[in-house]
Amino acid sequence: MTHLQTTELRPSASIHPSSSSFLKAIGAIVWKDLVAELRSRELLSAMLVFALLVILIFNFALELDPSTRKVATPGILWATFAFAGTLGLNRSMAVEKDRGCLDGLLLAPVDRSAIYFGKTISNLAFMLIVEVVVLPVYSVLYNTNLFNPGLIIVILLGSVGYVAVGTLLSSMAVQTRTRDVMLPILLFPVVIPILIAAVKASSGFLQGVALEEVMPYINLLIVYDVIFTAVAYMVFDYVVEE
Amino acid sequence: MISVKKLVKRFGLKTVLRSLDFEVQEGEFVALLGPNGAGKTTFLRILASLSRPTFGDVRVAGYRLPNQAAAVRRNLGVVSHLPLLYGDLTAEENLRFYGRMYAVPELNHRIDDILALVGLSSRRRDLVRTFSRGMQQRLAIGRAILHDPDVLLFDEPHTGLDQDACDMLDNLLREVAGQGRTVVMTSHDLARVEDLASRFDVLSHGVVTASAGRNDLGGHNLLDFYRQALAG
Amino acid sequence: MKPQPLTLKVLNVVSVLLFLGALGMVFLYAPLEATMNYVQKIFYFHIANAWIGMLGFIAAAVAGILYLVKHDQKWDIIELAAVEISLVFFLIAILAGSIWARPTWGAYWTWEPRLTTAAILEMVYVAYLLLRQGIDDPDRRARFSAVYTLVGAISVPITFMSIRLFRTIHPVVIGSNPAATTGSFDMTAKMLVTMFFALFSFSIIFIDLFWHRIRLGQLAQNVEQLKLEELQ
Repeated sequence: MTHLQTTELRPSASIHPSSSSFLKAIGAIVWKDLVAELRSRELLSAMLVFALLVILIFNFALELDPSTRKVATPGILWATFAFAGTLGLNRSMAVEKDRGCLDGLLLAPVDRSAIYFGKTISNLAFMLIVEVVVLPVYSVLYNTNLFNPGLIIVILLGSVGYVAVGTLLSSMAVQTRTRDVMLPILLFPVVIPILIAAVKASSGFLQGVALEEVMPYINLLIVYDVIFTAVAYMVFDYVVEE
Repeated sequence: MISVKKLVKRFGLKTVLRSLDFEVQEGEFVALLGPNGAGKTTFLRILASLSRPTFGDVRVAGYRLPNQAAAVRRNLGVVSHLPLLYGDLTAEENLRFYGRMYAVPELNHRIDDILALVGLSSRRRDLVRTFSRGMQQRLAIGRAILHDPDVLLFDEPHTGLDQDACDMLDNLLREVAGQGRTVVMTSHDLARVEDLASRFDVLSHGVVTASAGRNDLGGHNLLDFYRQALAG
Repeated sequence: MKPQPLTLKVLNVVSVLLFLGALGMVFLYAPLEATMNYVQKIFYFHIANAWIGMLGFIAAAVAGILYLVKHDQKWDIIELAAVEISLVFFLIAILAGSIWARPTWGAYWTWEPRLTTAAILEMVYVAYLLLRQGIDDPDRRARFSAVYTLVGAISVPITFMSIRLFRTIHPVVIGSNPAATTGSFDMTAKMLVTMFFALFSFSIIFIDLFWHRIRLGQLAQNVEQLKLEELQ
């Protein structure tokens, strides 16, 4: 080899990008996911069809009379959201993995957590869209009024927690051999507190129970959301960096 | 521009790169050759900050990897054999997305310039999904230089392209490299690389076994040089 | 193959002796409980097994964090050993609990907090093992396992607390005993002694098994290394 000079080290530039570029990156990722999805509608249509099919299956599987139906509604709703949610999470990550786009995201000079927050927000958006469609459909099919502000809050809090953990775990699942199958196996045992709290709180609101009785479950949801968003944010680097 | 000393990369118990030394000066166009499994892609991924070195000193564009990775990334453009483009977005939207991720100033202008450079201005509103592989690679190069990086890394960019597409790609590569950038490109296509690069390095069994500038090749064929490097 | 160190050999013997001792104490020393008779004796083993399960759980969580911080493969081996042991012993505890539950509560299974949480924990462990199976790269496998261990370690206690917002019928053994819980009993001094002896013996057994499993992991790693060296 020819004799070469050593490169000089540049003075250490700040390796902490400014907060505005961090937020811009999150915004860019969310924008990208929404634009791509609104155009192809693959993910949303798959999730919606699946959710409606699940409700249909529950209809025949449980054979509910009107009074039992009232009690079972929160459970059916949340089971539906949980299953349809995994579809969305899987697809969202698969898009990045398949065309090597995850590398494209990792090459950008931004903190890794921007990728996490960006994907989590888009996943949350998709999940909320599905929920917004399922609620009225369920209301009509079962003649139940689901337009309850308390219920909306529970759905919001529950979805946030679900997606916070789900995005982290789907980032892992998409890099394994078993891929799509891996996510529900990893996710469901860990997301049970959300399901418990969300079903109980939803049921409380729908049955017009006193607020003090529902609050413990709401608190549980909030605690879960905060803890797991923090944990996922801290740990995401280990999942995407090699 | 690029300085690599005693780079070792292990995957678990398997050693892929063994005490690799590698230096590239500013403006050089280095072709990295080698058989499959030699570690070219692994090496390029480390330079691209996508993979961490197990041991060794790696410096790109004046910053050290992996500690100063974010600073390195600002000066790096990467094209791999996967397009790194979103099929459901238009060409323009893809560039806009990456432009935002890299905080490229005067983005609209830049997008226009890049699209003109890669010859895709007329297809700017078309979904990348509809592009041929050659067009996707050209757009990928456009994406790679969007933020005007000093260093470009290409991992077998000619993969899957027909002759015409390859020729178009080569013209683009020459133009882009000619702007004073430092380029490292891995390839299996010796004929093409012979015209493009200013230096040829051969990677075999995890180390660089031979390196020669274009002029040093002299009367020898690149193919002979390559075969010799592998045999020795 | 490294032979077992002397301490481990001694520990093997001690573990067996302690186990026999515990058996002896349970059947010969501890008095018969008034209402439940012999069935109650399974309680000593149920508690001891659950105790080991807890130790394994905590060990796994700590090992996971240590791996992420230090990137030393040995923490991965420790984590896997801890998970496996915890899985098996919690399973035994659940089964022992079921056997005790049938005559006492009338059913093999009830959906009360401790039992349900144990079942969920088992599922987290199984998911962990399946996750490991699906990854070939040892570094990625170790990283992902550690991350999942952390997620599981945080979510399971939260799960327990959420289920506990429901009513419980699991007997509270040490401490106050609400009269409503059936199957609860107050322990005499001899029973307490037996219980603590069982806990102590099983703790020693845990250390013994843990040590063996870690050795097994290290040996497996050596085999992998030898295989790779043969191929290269």
